[in-house]
Amino acid sequence: MDLILEKSILIIVIFSITLVIAMYSTYMERKVAAFLQDRIGPDRAGPFGILQPLADGGKMFFKEDFIPAKSERWLFILGPGIAMLTALMTSAVIPWGTSIEMFGRNISLQVADINIGILYVMGFLSIGVYGIMVGGWASNNKYSLMGAIRASSQMISYELAMGLSIIAIVMMNESLSLSVIAEKQDSWHWNVLYQPLGFLIFIVCAFAETNRAPFDLAECDSELIGGYHTEYSSMKLGFYLFAEYINMFISATMISTLYFGSYNFPGMHWVGDHLGHNWLAIIEVAVLFSKIIFFIFFFMWVRWTLPRFRYDQLMHLGWKVLIPLAIINMLITGGWMTYVWK
Amino acid sequence: MLDSSSSSYMPIVLQSIVALGFVGLVLVLVPMLGPKSKGSTKTDNFECGIEAQGDARVKFSVKYFLTAILFVLFDVEVIFFYPYAVNFKSLGSPGFLAVVMFVAFFLIGFFYVLKKGALEWEK
Amino acid sequence: MSEYLFYFLAFVSIFAALLVVTAKNPIHSVLFLIVTFFAIAGQYIILNAQFLAIVHIIVYAGAIMVLFLFVLMLLNLNKESEPVKSYLMKGIGVLAGCLLALVMVAALHKSTMSPALGNPNEDIGLVGNLGKVLFKEYVVPFEVSSLLFLSAMIGAVMLGKRDPKIEPVNEITN
Repeated sequence: MDLILEKSILIIVIFSITLVIAMYSTYMERKVAAFLQDRIGPDRAGPFGILQPLADGGKMFFKEDFIPAKSERWLFILGPGIAMLTALMTSAVIPWGTSIEMFGRNISLQVADINIGILYVMGFLSIGVYGIMVGGWASNNKYSLMGAIRASSQMISYELAMGLSIIAIVMMNESLSLSVIAEKQDSWHWNVLYQPLGFLIFIVCAFAETNRAPFDLAECDSELIGGYHTEYSSMKLGFYLFAEYINMFISATMISTLYFGSYNFPGMHWVGDHLGHNWLAIIEVAVLFSKIIFFIFFFMWVRWTLPRFRYDQLMHLGWKVLIPLAIINMLITGGWMTYVWK
Repeated sequence: MLDSSSSSYMPIVLQSIVALGFVGLVLVLVPMLGPKSKGSTKTDNFECGIEAQGDARVKFSVKYFLTAILFVLFDVEVIFFYPYAVNFKSLGSPGFLAVVMFVAFFLIGFFYVLKKGALEWEK
Repeated sequence: MSEYLFYFLAFVSIFAALLVVTAKNPIHSVLFLIVTFFAIAGQYIILNAQFLAIVHIIVYAGAIMVLFLFVLMLLNLNKESEPVKSYLMKGIGVLAGCLLALVMVAALHKSTMSPALGNPNEDIGLVGNLGKVLFKEYVVPFEVSSLLFLSAMIGAVMLGKRDPKIEPVNEITN
C-alpha cells in the first residue's frame, strides 16, 4: 500500500512536470524563434509574455469542437487520444535521479525499474505511429490521408536506425535497463565519448520521429495545409500539438540519459561526500533537467537553421544512409570489444 | 537494485490508469466548454476553399506498402540483436561471428532490395 | 491478486478477439486486434516472460499491424464494392462451423488434464537467459532464420515492384 502511494505521488509529480514543460516549450519555441530572427516574440501576456501558454491553452479549451460530417466519429476522437497516451506513458521508465531518503524510506526517483527499459520506450514509439494514421484516415480528407501516410512511413523508417544505434550502448553496458545505463556513466564517462557515431544517428532519428524540422514534411503549411491534423479543432488539435512537444521532451530526455550521462556530472562524488545523499539527489535532478532544456533548445535551434528536406531525400537518408551506418557502428563496437579491448 | 520479477510492472499499470483518466476526461469534458453552432458548409471537409470532390479513398502507390513490409523484416532483425547485445561479453568470439554471419545475410538481402530499386522514390 | 489480473486479461483478449471477427469496418477490426495483442502481452508479463511481451508489442502491434493498416488504406474498401454472398455460401459456412465445433467437443470430451510442467527456472523469460540459450544451443536455427528473412525480402520485392513497361503509372504516386 505504501509503495502504491509513493509511486502514485511520483507519477503525478512527473505528469505535472511533463505538462508544464510541454506548455512552456510552446512559449520557448516562439521566444527562441524570435531571438534567432532578431525580433522580440510574445511579450504581452504577463511580464516577458510568461503567461502566453496559459492564454493559448485557454483559447484552445474554449474554441468550438466540431467533427466534420463525413468523418468517422469514434476514430476521429481516438486519434489524438492515442497520440497523447503514448506520449505520456513513455516517461515511466526514465531515471530522474538516484533516490531520496525521506520518512525513513528510500524513495527511488524512477517510476518503474523494469529490466527491458529501452525496449519499452521503443515499443511505445512504434505505437505512436497509430495516433497519426488513425487521425489521418478518420478525417476522410485527401490531404489528411496523404499527410498521414507520409508521416507514418517516415516514422517507421527512422525507428529502425534508432533501434540499431542503441544496440552498441547495450553491448557496452550488458543491460537494457535505463537505470543501469545511467549509473554506469559515472562522473565524466558519458557514452557520447565512446559512441559518437551512435549519438549522431540517434539524434537525427529523434528529429525524424518527432516530426520536427528539418523532417516536418508531414505538417508543413505550404504543401499539405495541416497534414493529418487539418480537420481537427479545439482540444483534439491541442492534443496533437501537445503530444508533439511531449515527444520532443521525451526525446531530449532519452538523448541525455543514453548519451550524455543522465544525472551524472564531473565532481559528483566530491559533492556527495560533502553535502550528503539527499542534496546530491536534488542536484542530480537539476543537472538532468538542465541537459534536457539544452537539448530542447537545440531542437528549436535546428528548426530555424536548416531548410526542410524533400520526401525522397528523407527516405533516402533513413534507409540507405542511417541503417548501414548503424549496422557498421554495431559491428565495429562488437569487433573492437571482442578482439581488441580485452 | 534491479528487480526481475513481474511485480516491477505494477507502477506502469498505475501510470496507464492515470494517463487514460487524464486523456478520457479532457476528450469528454472540453468539447462541452465551447460554443456549438450548426451550418452545412462548416462541417464540410477542408480543401482550400474548393468544393470537395469524391471520397478520400483514392488508390495509393505501392511504394508505401513495400516500405511497410521491409520495415517489418528489419524490425525483427533488430529484435534479434538485443538478446545478443545483453550477453555480449559472455558470448565472446563465437557469438560475434554468428552475428556477423546473420548481418551478412541481411546485407545481401538489403543490397538486392537496393539494386532492384524498391527503395527509389521519384521526385 | 494475479488470478484476478489473469481473468481480467483473459476476458479482455477473448472479447476483443470476438469483436475483431464481427466488426463491420475493417479498420475497427485492426484496432481491436491491437487491443487483443496488448492483453496477451499482459499475460506474458504475468508469466514473467518479459522480453517476449515487449517483442510481441514491438513486432506484432507495432510493425505488422501498421502493415495491415497500410494495406487497408491502399485497398480503398467501400461498402458498394463488397461482393454479396449468396445464401448457399452462407449455409455452407454455418455447416462448416458446426462440424468444427463437433470435432473439438469430441476431442476434448475424453481427454484428461495432465499436470502442468513445472517451471524449471523462474527467470527463463528474461532477456539475458534467453540470449544465452539462443546463442549457445540454438545458433543454427538462428542462422537459418536469417535465410528465411532473405527469402521474405526477395518475395516482397518481387510482389511489390511493377514492371513499368507492362503497367502504365496512373495513380497518385506521392
